[in-house]
Amino acid sequence: MEGDSELRELYREALLDYSRDQARRGRLEPADMRARGLNPVCGDEIELTMRSGPDGRIAQIRFTGHGCVISQASSAMMAEALEGQTPERAASLLEAFKGMMLRGAPAALLPQELEAVGALEGVRRFPTRVKCATLAWNTLQQGLARRSGGAQADFEEVE
Amino acid sequence: MIDLDKVRADFPILARRVRGKPLVYLDNAATSQKPRQVIAALVDFYQNHNANIHRGVHTLSDEATALVEEARRKVAAFIRAPKPETIVFTRNATESINLVARSWAAANVRAGEEIVLTELEHHSNLVPWQQLSAERGVVLKFVPILADGTLDLSALPALLGRKTKLVSFTAASNALGTLVPVEAIIRAARAVGARVLVDASQWAPHRQLDARAWDADFIVFSAHKMLGPTGIGVLYGREELLAEMPPFLGGGDMISRVTLRGFAPNVLPHKFEAGTPNIAGAAAFAAALDYLGAVGLSRIVEHERELTRRAVKALSAEPGVTVYGPDDLARRGGVVSFNVEGLHPHDVGTALDLEGVAVRAGHHCCQPLMARLGVGGTVRASFYLYNSSEEVDLLLAALRKAISFFRPAAA
Repeated sequence: MEGDSELRELYREALLDYSRDQARRGRLEPADMRARGLNPVCGDEIELTMRSGPDGRIAQIRFTGHGCVISQASSAMMAEALEGQTPERAASLLEAFKGMMLRGAPAALLPQELEAVGALEGVRRFPTRVKCATLAWNTLQQGLARRSGGAQADFEEVE
Repeated sequence: MIDLDKVRADFPILARRVRGKPLVYLDNAATSQKPRQVIAALVDFYQNHNANIHRGVHTLSDEATALVEEARRKVAAFIRAPKPETIVFTRNATESINLVARSWAAANVRAGEEIVLTELEHHSNLVPWQQLSAERGVVLKFVPILADGTLDLSALPALLGRKTKLVSFTAASNALGTLVPVEAIIRAARAVGARVLVDASQWAPHRQLDARAWDADFIVFSAHKMLGPTGIGVLYGREELLAEMPPFLGGGDMISRVTLRGFAPNVLPHKFEAGTPNIAGAAAFAAALDYLGAVGLSRIVEHERELTRRAVKALSAEPGVTVYGPDDLARRGGVVSFNVEGLHPHDVGTALDLEGVAVRAGHHCCQPLMARLGVGGTVRASFYLYNSSEEVDLLLAALRKAISFFRPAAA
């Protein structure tokens, strides 16, 4: 469509596709980790549940909640990218993502596992929307940190 | 009629471009833009009069003091308050409400006694009372809203009683634009002996406010929503109440005499104005009131009503768009809140921003109201004297573009 190149630059096709993707929506019962995140700017909430496999790797991640295209796509991308990762690798991928969103690291330098996530790069030009993109990632990061510290993993992360 | 070209020429920011497009500023309920006269008053203070007030015996200090007191007189005249001493300068309406909660309510409302609020309130008229409730066991009650976003006044008699100490409510909803029947609520509150606080943040910028006709005990509003600078707001209080109330913040200016062990509070209104106030802000606020006075509030209201009518009509006709708030334009200020089926308000807001159209998207600091409406948030366009019907059309064009872009995602 004419004149919406700016819109397309932000809301890339991959982003729209992921935001519609239902594959990792839902809630795992029981779960090894449960974490809730809240973006107070818009009131959007997310609940993440995770199960680990016998080898300690992340086996499944599911998310529920309502939110904008960016937060929903970001949640779906994150869940897809981190399944199968060791907790250590997941931690470094979470940092790499935040490096791109918050510290301007180029998408081209993202680790291979985060290739699809590069589609969120355009969000950086919209500072008020960056939190939409980071909500799921921060929520998972806090959930994993609590869990490794042996603490109750059911909590509310306020960005 | 407003001379729109003349008015718009007074607002330098309206000439700027946003993301390559001319700015269409429709976020006036959040804050208004400032005319050059207001900006000039800020500059004039710092360039020509800067000094602290009420302290120096020098000329500049006298000038600074005179500017603040002149601003106070203008505020009093603007809202038809009985005298300037009933006008307390605060940082904003939020601080004004907190002042009443911490000073008047803390001294006068006991555990088990009741404060009546409404479901329309901004967080600023909820949280201070929730804090008081948590600390002192004060009971909060709420006037419910009807589906169209107006208050259900039929519920009022049952909510009011001898335990009601205060009724605190917004005169106009920031989120939906609902105009509240202020005088009817005040009469009902009076009938049970309750005090009344009116949040006029969304009223004072647009409509004539008559403190004496309303006969409210407290009225609060912020300068920045009415062409003035940020960082200065107003608490109007009934003189005898202000006189009895303990000071809120302690410090310089609010005292008449201090020893190492104690102090005597200053006279009104200085008793409530601890520390160096926003002097430049007061001077600029006065310029804002002059500007509004010169254009005329009745013209402003009429102008906004036309813009609102145009926006409500066009948005209501748009497939998949839900408009919230009263259908009756006589009960709606210059605010139009809406949602597009299947689209998140933030995505709509960003898409509009890409067209240069600035709207608010989200919960508008009214999470309980949003919950009551069953939405996470809305997109809100809010108008002021400098907006044009062309800008309403640009909003619609930008919205249509957003809808056609996101439609597949919404399906």
